[in-house]
Amino acid sequence: MSDRDFSVADYPIAERRPETVRGARGRTLDDLNVEAVANGELEMEDLRITPQALLRQASIARSAGRAALADNFERAAEMTSLPQEEVMRVYELLRPGRSRGKQDLLEAAETLRSQHRASRLADFVEQAAAVYEKRGLFRKRY
Amino acid sequence: MTDTPSFQANRWRRFDDWDARALRLDKFAVEDPENGFSAFKGAADPTPSLEIAGGRVEVMDGIPATDFDMIDSFVAAYHLEPEVAAEAMAMPSQTLARMLVDMNVRREELTRLARGLTPAKLADVVAQLNAMELAFAYSKMRARSTPGNQAHVTNAKDDPLQLAADAAVAVALGFDEIETTMRVAQNSWANALACCIGSAVGQAGTLFQCSSEEAEELQIGMAGFTSYAETVSVYGTESAFVDGDDTPWSKAWLAAAYASRGIKMRCTSGAAAELLMGFHEAKSLLYLEARCLCLQRGMGAQGTQNGGIDGAPLAGSMPGGVRELLAENLLAVWLDLECASGNDARHSESDMRVGAKILPYLIAGSDLICSGFGSILKYDNSFNPSSFNGEELEEFLVLQRDFEADGGLRTIDGSSALALRRQAIDALSFVLQDLDLAEVDETMKQSVAVASGSKETQTLDPRTITEISRRVAERSITILDVMRSLHRGGFRQEVENLLFLLKLRLSGDYLQTSAVVREGRVLSAVNDPNRYLGPGTGYRPSEARRKELADIRDVLNREDVLRFEATLESAEHGRIEYRQMGQASSGTDRSEVVVGISPGLGTKFFQTLAGHPLSALLQTLKRGIEETGGVMRVVRFAHTADTSFLGLSAARLSGSGIGIGLQSKGTAVIHHRDRLPHNNLEIFSNAPLTTLAHYHALGANAASYARGESPAPIFVTGDGEALGARFHARVALIYAIETAMTFDGAVPEEITLYFKEPANE
Repeated sequence: MSDRDFSVADYPIAERRPETVRGARGRTLDDLNVEAVANGELEMEDLRITPQALLRQASIARSAGRAALADNFERAAEMTSLPQEEVMRVYELLRPGRSRGKQDLLEAAETLRSQHRASRLADFVEQAAAVYEKRGLFRKRY
Repeated sequence: MTDTPSFQANRWRRFDDWDARALRLDKFAVEDPENGFSAFKGAADPTPSLEIAGGRVEVMDGIPATDFDMIDSFVAAYHLEPEVAAEAMAMPSQTLARMLVDMNVRREELTRLARGLTPAKLADVVAQLNAMELAFAYSKMRARSTPGNQAHVTNAKDDPLQLAADAAVAVALGFDEIETTMRVAQNSWANALACCIGSAVGQAGTLFQCSSEEAEELQIGMAGFTSYAETVSVYGTESAFVDGDDTPWSKAWLAAAYASRGIKMRCTSGAAAELLMGFHEAKSLLYLEARCLCLQRGMGAQGTQNGGIDGAPLAGSMPGGVRELLAENLLAVWLDLECASGNDARHSESDMRVGAKILPYLIAGSDLICSGFGSILKYDNSFNPSSFNGEELEEFLVLQRDFEADGGLRTIDGSSALALRRQAIDALSFVLQDLDLAEVDETMKQSVAVASGSKETQTLDPRTITEISRRVAERSITILDVMRSLHRGGFRQEVENLLFLLKLRLSGDYLQTSAVVREGRVLSAVNDPNRYLGPGTGYRPSEARRKELADIRDVLNREDVLRFEATLESAEHGRIEYRQMGQASSGTDRSEVVVGISPGLGTKFFQTLAGHPLSALLQTLKRGIEETGGVMRVVRFAHTADTSFLGLSAARLSGSGIGIGLQSKGTAVIHHRDRLPHNNLEIFSNAPLTTLAHYHALGANAASYARGESPAPIFVTGDGEALGARFHARVALIYAIETAMTFDGAVPEEITLYFKEPANE
């Protein structure tokens, strides 16, 4: 069953399809128990959502008629592979007056596309760049 | 000083009374559309329109694409669905408005059409609905079937011990989400740690957020302490948005960032935010909020917190402002967003305005009725007081019970509340010590456990609290460290509860629209959709939930009433004896006043509602009668327990024709044998306010009537107490017990009273 096959009927996944759930290091839900916590087996990575889980939720959202929410989950799926610093760096660039010009955002988009295979995020940042240029949002504010 | 009152005044003094009401602390503003003071009709609100060519929006709400600001651009690109737009925009606003209140039109059909409507059109449609229609439409359109609620858990000292204790109480009260924030920004990690541990006490599944600076909030979430966020604010004008230091794209980036870390997220918007920030563009509250909500849907946020959040008091200052708040909440759910429907910042100093405002939400239900119900006292609410706070919590519980409306909460009893508080404090204290964050002594623990608010606590000092927060952040302490520590301390259940919530992150189930966790299950618009299609459909409280709503504190029943009276019985037996002298006959003494007493008087009931022993009442009455030259004769009736009939029956036996009817709760009447039952001479119906002096005067007046005189009637005055609410449940129970003692054909019984001690008036 591919991620795209998930639908309303599989929701909640933790209840209806628990065997398909994995942490970022591959652990199953059963692996996450009090003993594993106590003996130090678990790391925060084990508690991290995977891109697969987000794509499945996107598929469920789409089957429930929520395409915009699904798009967000798909952007989020790409973002799971971004280090936190990169997430915050691009966020900062997207805030008004942070980028010196359109080029900063286009470069960030290029990095997303080439280094992180995040084409949806890259498209999104490029669209921002076009609007920011038109609306003068690169104007320095402080 | 003179005792002579002055009657000089240049206005009716009722205005002084009105000036003294809390309401008059509220300031109201005139409608001024040019300057942003208009709920529904801004001077610059556009007329709805949409032109699409080749799948691209060319003109939206009268603005050509070349003139779009960043909000228009985002809405056109991400909210509007060209496939639906032509059909939806062609529909008259009134038709859409009627569909919103038509129980036969399915919710999905309306949410589908909303995806093709522009902000101006959406606003134009909901503006057609009156307040009742808005509430009805909201009930029909909200996304999740089961209603819920959210609590604020904060305090004026940022005291972690109190946060943990209050979080545990909020969980027990049934809140689906708890939200904290800080007085001192650098205490964020200490707040997060404390609320996280507290929310794991008692039961699992309560979502938690720590409202702080964007980057830090995300980090706290990634460390596993929090499970949702709602601080992603959006605004309806470009200038306000930029002053908020963001754009729709930067906020949408955050929306994806939270989802990518498995954290539930909703946006925040709401009436009058733009006006408060000085960038209203002469547009109405509703139109600007319609723009915000289209943005949020376009961003792919699962939900919103709206309904005039910080701007609620300002919205409330305008004509129709509170109706507008309902309208913008309706827009949110019509756009298929989860709605945490405001009722957050208290919009008025008037309790009555606050109570009136909550009602439509309570009876309509909402994903989260309050997007911050102050579970703590007003002065401890670091967001500012909410509509409802710790002080008013029981009022909310009673409103739920009154309307059999599910506001998401349940009652809590005193001893289990204290036990939960202590458990939360003990768990947190252990972790603070175990992780070398702080030392907590027994006095601190106990003072916080019993305290109603932070003014009463003797707890960690401010420097220690800031130090805890600094250490958690610097040492990158995560939820795993905390769970291991709790496990070392023997807090296994709390570890399981925390783990339960963390495991839900992996499936991402609670990222879907309107998700909460109930009894170990994620409930959202996906698996618990609102399918209201008229009476008998949609959410109805189960029988178990109905009982839970009814189960408030201190509820009276028949046994309680009798048990209370039984505690008075022996003392009263020490003061009076009712000797039964056989069947009573008609008297011939022209000076006699017959007192007809009810069947339970002195046998099952022993004091009046005002708290006077019946022995004292009777002795006083006798004194009043005798001092005026009368003679008191007592007769017990068992054919009636009604005051009027007791009085009339007594009068019919009386040689003077004057009788007094007396019920055990103290209600009394003076009657004459020739009058109709309910047309008495004088009645003392306010037993809770009737003093022994009144009964003395009553006796005197009765004797005076017996002499053929016309005494001045006696007035029992009060201060307008809501006596009905205080006493009626008890009165009805007493009366039911007394009427059950009556029987047909009962003959009157002559009673001789024997007083064992003198009564004081």
